[in-house]
Amino acid sequence: MEPQLSWYLALSAVLFTIGVTGVIIKRNVIAMFMCIELMLNAVNLTFVAFASFFQDVIGQLFVFIVMTVAAAEAAVGLGIIIAIFRNRESLDVDEASILKL
Amino acid sequence: MENNLLSLIIFAPLAGAAINWFVGRRVRDERFVGIVACGAVAVSTIVAFYLALKPDGALHSEAPLLDHIWTWLQVGTFHADFALAMDRLSGTYALFITFVGLLIHVFAVGYMHGEQGFYRFFAFLNLFMFAMLTLVLADNFVLMFVGWEGVGLCSYLLIGYYFDRKEAGDAAKKAFITNRIGDWGFVLGIMLTFFVTGSVSFFANPAAGEVAHTALSFFKTQPVESFTAGAILAGGATSIAVLLFIGAAGKSAQIPLYVWLPDAMAGPTPVSALIHAATMVTAGVYMIVRCSEIFVHAPTAMFIVAVIGAATALFAATIGLAQNDIKKVLAYSTISQLGYMFLACGVGAFIAAIFHVITHAFFKALLFLGSGSVIHGMHHEQDMRRMGGLKKYMPITFTTMAIGWLAISGVPIFAGFFSKDEILWRTWSAPAFGLPSTAFSKLLWGVGALTALLTAVYMTRMMVMTFWGKERFRDTHAHKQQEPDAHHGPVEPHESPWLMTVPLIVLAVLSTVGGFIGVPYALSSAFTDRNVNVLEHTLEPVVATIPPGVHAEPTSLPGEGAHAPENAPAPVPEPVAHEHSSEEISAERMLAGLSVLIGLIGIGAGWYLFSSRPLLQMPRVLENKYYVDEIYDAALIRPIEAASREGLWKIFDIGVIDGLLHGVGEVVTEMGRLARHLQAGFVRGYAAIILLGALILIGLFAYLGFPTVTP
Repeated sequence: MEPQLSWYLALSAVLFTIGVTGVIIKRNVIAMFMCIELMLNAVNLTFVAFASFFQDVIGQLFVFIVMTVAAAEAAVGLGIIIAIFRNRESLDVDEASILKL
Repeated sequence: MENNLLSLIIFAPLAGAAINWFVGRRVRDERFVGIVACGAVAVSTIVAFYLALKPDGALHSEAPLLDHIWTWLQVGTFHADFALAMDRLSGTYALFITFVGLLIHVFAVGYMHGEQGFYRFFAFLNLFMFAMLTLVLADNFVLMFVGWEGVGLCSYLLIGYYFDRKEAGDAAKKAFITNRIGDWGFVLGIMLTFFVTGSVSFFANPAAGEVAHTALSFFKTQPVESFTAGAILAGGATSIAVLLFIGAAGKSAQIPLYVWLPDAMAGPTPVSALIHAATMVTAGVYMIVRCSEIFVHAPTAMFIVAVIGAATALFAATIGLAQNDIKKVLAYSTISQLGYMFLACGVGAFIAAIFHVITHAFFKALLFLGSGSVIHGMHHEQDMRRMGGLKKYMPITFTTMAIGWLAISGVPIFAGFFSKDEILWRTWSAPAFGLPSTAFSKLLWGVGALTALLTAVYMTRMMVMTFWGKERFRDTHAHKQQEPDAHHGPVEPHESPWLMTVPLIVLAVLSTVGGFIGVPYALSSAFTDRNVNVLEHTLEPVVATIPPGVHAEPTSLPGEGAHAPENAPAPVPEPVAHEHSSEEISAERMLAGLSVLIGLIGIGAGWYLFSSRPLLQMPRVLENKYYVDEIYDAALIRPIEAASREGLWKIFDIGVIDGLLHGVGEVVTEMGRLARHLQAGFVRGYAAIILLGALILIGLFAYLGFPTVTP
């Protein structure tokens, strides 16, 4: 059976929803970070699927851009997370609810 | 005629004020400040005399000298320039203002010696000269109003000169606020003049592209308005005249706006002499005479002016009888004499009013400066009860003040006699114009004569208390020494320095001979056939006359057939064609004799009453000025204060204004209280909000369809 476009889109939607749910319900900042990555990659999957479906390379170019941005974001985000952990000895985002230590 | 020198008259004192204010305050040298101030006024004086008296000068030519400095306001047909004009009337005024002003400046250099704010005083005094000369030389109502406000401002500044004393500050505010009431009338009068005539100019100035007629000449062609109370509200000449008179009453201290002038004596004495006796307070008279064309078309207004003037004259004279402060006596005397001037205006004797303004400037400035010399010699003692016997110590002051005393009392030869007699005669012989009947003018004459009597009495009292009798200052000074605030021991009074006595002497000479510029024909004809009334001859062309033929038929009373006043138009139309019937001359001479008698009786009565008992207790009601200040306080000031406090402050300010502002604040606070739940600081909360926003957007797109851009 030939893989259909809708399969890819459904998988992507599932991944994205898992990511969104994770961001909202998880309190561990690492877990939230991973969920954000999950959302980004769900979108990447959509891009690739459409690029293949429409035989258009622009979708794949977008994927490269998203991956680059995600890498930069991961660098900055992990730096912040480490700084928070050093100061608070905790990765619970709900505890970091005020803009001071 | 265009003449640019005219602006020098007003700008020289302005320059003096600026120099003293900016340079004098740093130099702090009395000689420098005094020379700048006196020099500036001296320049004005010389220029004014030159322009007025040169062969084709303002006092000799028909057309006024004009000096268009710059175009000030030009809105549609409304046209007001910063332009000066010197005609016969303003020329006459400028002469005595600059000259008397110069003398008072010189006097003040001596009087203010050693004062902390010497430079400030002279800067203000020069500024006053600038404003006063602007007022007088203005060629339109609007610029006149600028000068009018300027003198009010300088009056305020100079009354409050001793700003560390509360009563000086209060008096300054009182003067300023009372004058605002009058200015309200003046401004409305100017507006109404513009609406009625389409112009605010006094003189036609073809060079400046004026309308065909000026604010004053417009009325020449108008009919005389009727003598009814309704005319006051009709919006014509009568309304204008009444509004202008309100302004004049404020500036010239007439009932009911006179209350500021006695308090204004809190200022230094030269200020009282210059501003509150000789010049500024006569601005109201000037304005009415300047607008005489309007007034002669408004019999109702003339009637009001005459009645208010006569009432003020008598009222202030009675108060003057009972004052113990030497300057207060002179202040009430000034109000009373101003009342005379308005009485003269009200009966149409505008020239007599100006005559009295001039002589009054001489003798009242003399009396005020004399009192200043006394106060100076007595080390700032103003209470006459603590004087007495000063004749021996201050011979020059005594002699000069005695001349002023004789002049104001109406003793012949001295200046006051001629002008006062002229006013009384004009009042007596006033045609019924503006007055219900000629009997009414006789009544006004009676008031004037009674005032003359009282004037002689209170001036005699003042002289007796100050210069004659027992020397009372030693006991009081010795007594004062025990008081904690006594800052000086018993001091001998001393004569003032020459800087102060020279102006006194000059003014004394003027008070003696000044009256000869306006000797009425009835008196001069006894000695010479020539008409020697120089003043009348000079001013006649610029002062309006009551139009002939509109003298409302006097309802002659049966008993007064001997006199035919309706044949004697008050200000005569032409200078020489002024037929003096022998009947009229004899009547005038008789009245002159009568007024001499009145003056002498007054002096005699004053001497009899006070020479042996200078401290005679006067009626309390007079000493307390008829409680007018208290009545105003209770009837006007307290209710306004209460209404302001209870209504404006507690209800409007606190309720409405504060309520509005607090309301705005509370609304913002409440909105913030609601909105801050969005900003709890929980990262997951923000994530949820972002998700919610995204879902809403997607929902919208799903529901409405994706927006497409059509090229």
